[in-house]
Amino acid sequence: MRVVFWKELADYFGSKRFIILFFLILIVAGASAYLASQSLRESPPQDTSYVYLDLFTQSSGGMPSFLSFLAFFGPLIGVLLGFDAVNSEFSRGTVSRVLAQPIYRDSWINGKFLAGLATLALALAGIILIIFGLGLYALGFPPDGGELSRMFTFFVIGLIYLGFWLALGILFSVLFRQAASSALASIAVWLFFTLFLYMAAGLIADQVAPVSPTSPAQVWTRNEEIRDLVLRFSPVALFEEATSAILIPSWRGLGLAQLLTQRDIPTNPLPLGQSLLIVWPQLVSLIALTSVCFGISYVIFMRREIRSL
Amino acid sequence: MVEAQGLKKSYGPVQAVEGLDLRVQEGEIYGLLGPNGSGKTTTILMLLGLTEPSAGRVQVAGFNPTREPLKVKRVVGYLPENVGFYDDLTARENLRYIARLNGIPDRDSKKRIEEVLEQVGLSEVADRPVGTYSRGMRQRLGIADVLVKEPRLAILDEPTTGIDPEGASQILDMIVRMRNERGMTILLSSHLLHQVQRVCDRVGIMHRGRLVAEGTVDELSARTSGEGLEFEAQVRGLSPELVAALKGLDGVREVVAQGERLRILAEVDVRSAVARTVLEKGAELLELRQRAFTLEEIYLRYFQG
Repeated sequence: MRVVFWKELADYFGSKRFIILFFLILIVAGASAYLASQSLRESPPQDTSYVYLDLFTQSSGGMPSFLSFLAFFGPLIGVLLGFDAVNSEFSRGTVSRVLAQPIYRDSWINGKFLAGLATLALALAGIILIIFGLGLYALGFPPDGGELSRMFTFFVIGLIYLGFWLALGILFSVLFRQAASSALASIAVWLFFTLFLYMAAGLIADQVAPVSPTSPAQVWTRNEEIRDLVLRFSPVALFEEATSAILIPSWRGLGLAQLLTQRDIPTNPLPLGQSLLIVWPQLVSLIALTSVCFGISYVIFMRREIRSL
Repeated sequence: MVEAQGLKKSYGPVQAVEGLDLRVQEGEIYGLLGPNGSGKTTTILMLLGLTEPSAGRVQVAGFNPTREPLKVKRVVGYLPENVGFYDDLTARENLRYIARLNGIPDRDSKKRIEEVLEQVGLSEVADRPVGTYSRGMRQRLGIADVLVKEPRLAILDEPTTGIDPEGASQILDMIVRMRNERGMTILLSSHLLHQVQRVCDRVGIMHRGRLVAEGTVDELSARTSGEGLEFEAQVRGLSPELVAALKGLDGVREVVAQGERLRILAEVDVRSAVARTVLEKGAELLELRQRAFTLEEIYLRYFQG
């Protein structure tokens, strides 16, 4: 498996599409972090304890925050690494040659997945560190331990999130013979989760619990709850919620509950463990989604006839 | 080296292989022949443990490929039909990858890769990406790919298909050399008979998932022409009278004349009698030979029935 892992890793890093995407995201992410740091300079917050994390969550001047960028474009990198992982080997005719070597079949697909994950980890770590460096330059003081540990947690969650999309890409690459159809399917899922589900969630919520300006608070809460419920089918929303809790230490609830309590409860930052506790369900769901996706592709691939493709 | 008994494989309702019995001895070149779709590739995949047989027993190099696939794959080299390589890697890198997958350390594989590249005549282009290779070069690289792991048994699926005659003959020479110099056992499948005929010690003819005939080319030829011997002659100045005289010869069963050409079916070798008769009748004998059955004819005979 190590051999497959290193070979695939080298392939990923050498591939043009990865380099293009990486730079695209790097530029966009860098720009958003830079703008965030500018706005922090102009209006410095009273409490500077978690100012580094603001670099990732602040949006300014029409640029969305780095977090939203990662939530939106991260899937593209993941899917792009995975969508032709298996079917291209079938169409090139390398499968039977490689599988005729003394390796287990699963070490081949595991090696591919792990190599993809390692690629994503390196890319993500690279981008985060660059933003950190930028922050150091713009803010002029080093981050403290709390920020670093939250940063690391963010990195891990981000990796699981990207890993989900990689697993999805690999799943489609096992399911479809043509790289083109698996790419299209992956992009369809991506659009569905990033755009349509957000629209659909609002629509469904309004259908089930219609609200008007005069509605009582219970109806509003219900509407909000249903919206959240639908949204949580999407890994994108799960990721956004999970990372919000990590990157905004004072963040302590979801949706309307948060809005209502914010006025009355002082928004002191929570310790990392407490923040994690809030979004534990989201985290577990993300991990579960990733494993299920990879699990399905694993099973299908193991049972597939070499002949039938 | 290879032993299969009652091997069966069905894909849903389609029976790809139906009760195949196959034996390949150590050190021989065995040709598995048959038209497309006769189950050759399926058989090969089962021998390698890449596909599970629906029924029957297989032993390759003493191992069961379904139960112990890694042990089988360690001693068997496989060249698939339409072999594929990683196009953006060079020939050397492709081979190194295979060597690594076989657990050969880099310092050992380096020398071995040079050797096999030399052997298949690709040394000069070894650092070019495989994407730029021609079909024939890829096929030769495929042979190198098999050689790198130094297998005891090499299974080659359609090694000469889609290659020009010169390239095909080079590959066949390589195959013979593999056996002679390295003592490998070779199982190759093909539907191109005249090529296989040249190199195979024994052939098995597959048809609709069964082995319909097996043996050396000579044996098969003898078996096919079991009804008698056949001679061909070219005679200038052929007359009906002469044909009648030939028909009257001892042992001659039938004479068919077509222009100057004669086809004579006989129970024994009647060549000298034919020659004498032709000359006695004042005609010129231009050619007279016994017709040997080529594999092609044997083949056609099996599949017409």
